[in-house]
Amino acid sequence: MTALSERRVAAHQGLDPRPDEVMTISASRLLEDGKVMFAGIGQPLVAAALARRRHAPNLTVILEGGMVGIHLMPGELPDSTNEMRAAIGAEMLTSATDIFLMAQRGFFDYGFLGVAQVDMFGNVNTSLIGDPSRPSVRLPGPGGANDILSMCNETVIVTNHEPRRFVERVDWVTSPGFLSGGDSRREAGLRHGGPSWVVTDLALLDFEDETRRMRLRSLQPGVEVHDVVAATGFELIIPEEVGVLDPVTEPELTLMRHLNGETASPIENGDHRAE
Amino acid sequence: MTALAFPGADTVAAREELERERRPRLDKTMSAAEAIRRFVCDADVIAVGGTNHARTPMALLAEVLRQGRSELSLARPLTCFEAELFIATGMAAKVVTSWVGIGHGWGLARVLREYVESGRIDYEEWSHLGLGLRYKAGAMGVPFLPSYTMMGSDLGRRLELAGVVCPYTGQTLYAVPSLNPDVALIHVQRADIYGNAQIDGYELMDADVARAARRLVISTEEIVDTDSLRLDPSRTTIPGFAVDAVVLQPLGAYPHECYGHYLADEEAFSSYMDAVRAGGSKGAREYVKALVAYPDHDSFLASVSQARIQKLTEDAKGMMPR
Repeated sequence: MTALSERRVAAHQGLDPRPDEVMTISASRLLEDGKVMFAGIGQPLVAAALARRRHAPNLTVILEGGMVGIHLMPGELPDSTNEMRAAIGAEMLTSATDIFLMAQRGFFDYGFLGVAQVDMFGNVNTSLIGDPSRPSVRLPGPGGANDILSMCNETVIVTNHEPRRFVERVDWVTSPGFLSGGDSRREAGLRHGGPSWVVTDLALLDFEDETRRMRLRSLQPGVEVHDVVAATGFELIIPEEVGVLDPVTEPELTLMRHLNGETASPIENGDHRAE
Repeated sequence: MTALAFPGADTVAAREELERERRPRLDKTMSAAEAIRRFVCDADVIAVGGTNHARTPMALLAEVLRQGRSELSLARPLTCFEAELFIATGMAAKVVTSWVGIGHGWGLARVLREYVESGRIDYEEWSHLGLGLRYKAGAMGVPFLPSYTMMGSDLGRRLELAGVVCPYTGQTLYAVPSLNPDVALIHVQRADIYGNAQIDGYELMDADVARAARRLVISTEEIVDTDSLRLDPSRTTIPGFAVDAVVLQPLGAYPHECYGHYLADEEAFSSYMDAVRAGGSKGAREYVKALVAYPDHDSFLASVSQARIQKLTEDAKGMMPR
């Protein structure tokens, strides 16, 4: 066991959540009741399901396949944004293009993105690693990510905190963050939105108002500033005051594992099938 | 590069062709073999309906593979392994998409990676809305639509997208060029013999794709009387006058899913991916060789466990809201 993992277990009061679970729970806590969230498959959807059941029952979840107000069933979270499991029980089904036009119109409070690479200005790469004309790794590409980061009112980036992901400059700007910082996003014609938070297994980060450089705001429990610095491939803004996020709680962890289908029926009261 | 440098971006030519070649209200039912023979040509830009593993026109695509075509461009917003069958066999010269993956936990698209990373396929990457607006502009009969999509990103820079200045506000947006694909292949839940077609669940981009396409082949789970469409006309998303051919093909999206009819067959994904894991693109070619050895989709379906198909069908029907 490394020193960091020992500190983590102590800080989470013996619960021992996995790093991805810590991250998903932190992301879910950012979601406010009554807002509209454009979610992707995986952690964003789990974060949304968790938030809806704990503190944000009126969170409306959008999927790029054309689904508005989706219904999330424990253990049956969809594998794709374009499949029956994602659509059954939705409040509305429209076209995929219409979903993104609603994003452009400004209806969506949050977008949630995962990344292959993110840089100090919140630019996101999910397209390729290496030389763009002859990449060493061809990745799946933007899907909805370019439009989400260009058009949602704010975008939360959720990713493991590793030097290979947190790079000085992304190999390819699939989805525009604050570009080269300062006013460059606005000068490129993007008048709205942008990355607001970066949630990782080590920390919660945001972007400084003037330079638009990534800034450490709070540490995950048990994590120290030097852990974050070591896992970041560029110079972060580190303010004098850095907060510490609340530890994961037992009810959060139990519910999340249930939603993920990892546990059968751990909920002590109420009808947990119905949302 | 101008917008016309993008294949399929000539909306004026698409309109002129439509004025010359109407699609009168006739019985358009025919076999997949006839539809593909008549309407899919070498070097076509093919718009593949559905997205990822939803309502993929698998029977029609398999018929294209069976007959063989060359220099194809495949356009689809979210692309699954169907594109790899065309890449591995050398029939596709170009992929136009916003995303390629296999899904169901199978991760990256290995054949696509092999070809892109060795520079053997032309890969054109758009945003999801970018491709959606290309179809929408094509469907509207205009050469471009203004949008914020891809601004500031390397997608727009690489595509050399041009800006357009709003004459009222002075604001600059990207001019997203239209796409009127040479042919579109779309699978639907039901249609009449004239091609009036209903899509259940998510239409994805298919209403626009159908209007934009210069030729349109639909496959359908069932053929119904026109009178039964009148019971729920708001669900009719494709008008018959946009359609060239209607192919009756139950399970026409198998092994992908069709909303309300059957779920995707994850075992079939596994058999494809096992072939690719073992032999890369050679494995994909062997998969295609076995697929096209069946004379048609029905005989391919007869080779699949009927109990499995029944379960996928029952599970899909059991999920429907009631």
